[in-house]
Amino acid sequence: MIDKALIGGKKYYGLIAVLLGVIGVGFLCYLWQFFHGLGITGMGRDVSWGLYIAQFTFLVGVAASAVMVVLPYYLHNYKAFGRITVLGEFLAISSVAMCMLFIFVDMGQPLRVLNVLLHPTPNSVMFWDMLVLSGYLALNILIGWISLDCERKGVAPPKWIKPFVYLSIPWAVSIHTVTAFLYAGLPGRHLWLTAIMAARFIASAFASGPSLLIILCLIVRKTTRFDPGKEAVQTLAKIVTYAMIINLFFLGLEFFTAFYSRIPGHMQPLVYLYAGLEGHGVLIPWMWTSTALAALSLVLLVNPVTRRHESVLVVAVVSVFFSTWIDKGMGLVVGGFIPNPLEEVVEYVPTLPEVLITLGVWAIGFLILTILFKIAITVKEGVEEAGA
Amino acid sequence: MYDGGKIVAGLVVFLAVVTSPIWYNVVAGKAEYRPDPKIVSQEKQCVAPKAWMTAMHMTLLNSWRDSVVREDNRVYVAANGKTYNMSLSKTCMQCHPNKSEFCDRCHNYASVNPYCWDCHVEPKEKK
Amino acid sequence: MGVNRRDFLKITGLGALAGAGSKVAADLVFKDQAEAREARSNKGAFVGKRWAMVVDTKKCIEKVEKDGCRDCAIACHTVHNVPDFGNPKDEIKWIWQEPYEHAFPNQHHPYTAEGLEGAPFVVFCNHCDNPPCVRVCPTKATFKREDGIVMMDFHRCIGCRFCMAACPYGSRSFNWRNPRPFIQNIQENFPTRMRGVVEKCLFCEERLAEGLSPACVEACKVKALIFGDLEDPDSEVREILHTHRSIQRKPGLGTMPQIYYIV
Repeated sequence: MIDKALIGGKKYYGLIAVLLGVIGVGFLCYLWQFFHGLGITGMGRDVSWGLYIAQFTFLVGVAASAVMVVLPYYLHNYKAFGRITVLGEFLAISSVAMCMLFIFVDMGQPLRVLNVLLHPTPNSVMFWDMLVLSGYLALNILIGWISLDCERKGVAPPKWIKPFVYLSIPWAVSIHTVTAFLYAGLPGRHLWLTAIMAARFIASAFASGPSLLIILCLIVRKTTRFDPGKEAVQTLAKIVTYAMIINLFFLGLEFFTAFYSRIPGHMQPLVYLYAGLEGHGVLIPWMWTSTALAALSLVLLVNPVTRRHESVLVVAVVSVFFSTWIDKGMGLVVGGFIPNPLEEVVEYVPTLPEVLITLGVWAIGFLILTILFKIAITVKEGVEEAGA
Repeated sequence: MYDGGKIVAGLVVFLAVVTSPIWYNVVAGKAEYRPDPKIVSQEKQCVAPKAWMTAMHMTLLNSWRDSVVREDNRVYVAANGKTYNMSLSKTCMQCHPNKSEFCDRCHNYASVNPYCWDCHVEPKEKK
Repeated sequence: MGVNRRDFLKITGLGALAGAGSKVAADLVFKDQAEAREARSNKGAFVGKRWAMVVDTKKCIEKVEKDGCRDCAIACHTVHNVPDFGNPKDEIKWIWQEPYEHAFPNQHHPYTAEGLEGAPFVVFCNHCDNPPCVRVCPTKATFKREDGIVMMDFHRCIGCRFCMAACPYGSRSFNWRNPRPFIQNIQENFPTRMRGVVEKCLFCEERLAEGLSPACVEACKVKALIFGDLEDPDSEVREILHTHRSIQRKPGLGTMPQIYYIV
């Protein structure tokens, strides 16, 4: 099937070329970082994780959200999602690939990455995160590829794939739970030390991931002869609506606990993010943008009239995507480090090479996504034309 | 196979290019070159026989490293019962202070780049 | 890949002869762990069961306010090849001074005793009995030794900085770039670090192995730093803690820090 990725139109080649260009720039910056050290980033002794880990955290959510199409289709036999399960799985593959790359570019000694496997350490959540992410990647490659191949041949998927499909459902939940545990078990980081961290992660994941999938479905419909289906898009929109409401509810719970208890350690990071602390507040405009986008998306999503209108829906889901990207990315990761353990406020701003490396990794993810979608769509077009 | 001839020709060219350094050395007569490390030592006997050290010093060093850093165990008992302080700088390099002739000659030849000296400080050599 | 001592001895075929020095054999001969440890240490090494430090803050503050003393930090950073990058972002610190309200954020209130607000408190790794950094490390590059020292294996650290996120004291520093060019006088008998690994105070384990007290303790002219074995009932640290009121940094987090401050 891979051959289908090699033949395409001008626009397809153009997109690939642009992505390769961005990857090239990112790679050059990475070489610089590789030889010079992480000192070329904005990170420092006080804010020791930044843009890279923020992207990683957000993208684990996007990856996990594939379960939102797999579960209704396989467990509830919801036919409308049959057309897009492969797309969901392929989105998961490219997201997990980006997650792994973001961890890799964040490492101080990347050549020693295998130490995690050579010296397995079950008490470290990072060890488990590596296991569940690799497992999830393998599951999605296996399931996505086998189902697409069967679709191409016009046969039913083999029986042995079913257990893997069922396994992938709790596995998707596990990747985001374990990622939340990276944060939620650290004494002294009050923004992260919250029992609903995993629940929040999963809620925001099921809002942001399906939002991206809706956007991708609409692009696919516009640029190819394959239509993912209006019903599938509308059902995804409902999932986004509920997930976003739950996500914001959870965020509200965090505010209640912090500000009703009035425990300074719990309030300070939130004050820093939304109002500034000791005169520092580079993230304030970002956090309020996130809030405004969340409010806008809710208005558009909750109202069935606007939600059913696809051009309005696009605005809503783009808002959800960027709102959660800010809140769960930079807001969550950087906010956790401010103030530092000595209660000093030291801020973080990414540097240009850091941003370019980040864009490079996103471009790799989108390159993988583009190629996988090209293959899937070409197969689906072929099947539909043969059927017609 | 489509275009079989072109593929085979391509493979031949590829192999020729990849192996060119070997042919170059054969033609230039350098193929039999052997590195010649200079062994300066203040003791009569190393912690293990010379032939064994030549082949296995990296294993020994790794085991010393783990023993000292991870187990806080610093005493090495050699085969003849003699004890040594397991330390790269304080034991190995005290006896062999000529890193450039002792370590680097072979390492450069074998194109290995151990990261010992990224952190451990090499002894100052008399020029 | 690491070869442990046992495998290594098997490989070399010297196991039978060399066994006497190995940890395994020593553990069999000596029932007592500390005795066993003594047997595999060099002659004259300091061996303890639970190392700890007491800071006599009164003496320290008086001295610092008199002449801006930084003896402990200078001594430590010199013998351990700690670089000076000249900017706070990349800064590497093993031992340093923090104002009271930053060292003890939970203890601080508007009516703090005169002279305490802003007073310099010396801080470093707490060598916690329950260290979060050790719990999160994905490669066991940082681990707790039998004698309580929270140790770093710089060879194994992958630079993920999970330990920095986990440490509630800000005691860990990362090499954001190659430290070598930023070390003024490189000490030959202690390694520097390379870019991309985390480092911190190691309680001078390399000096203890030679029967020397920690560099900071040795450098302190007013004897404000007292180092010793908490499991030794006759030790000076036990005596001082028994007779003085002491506090720890953020004890509520359950990390059980082993640096005690007499106020």
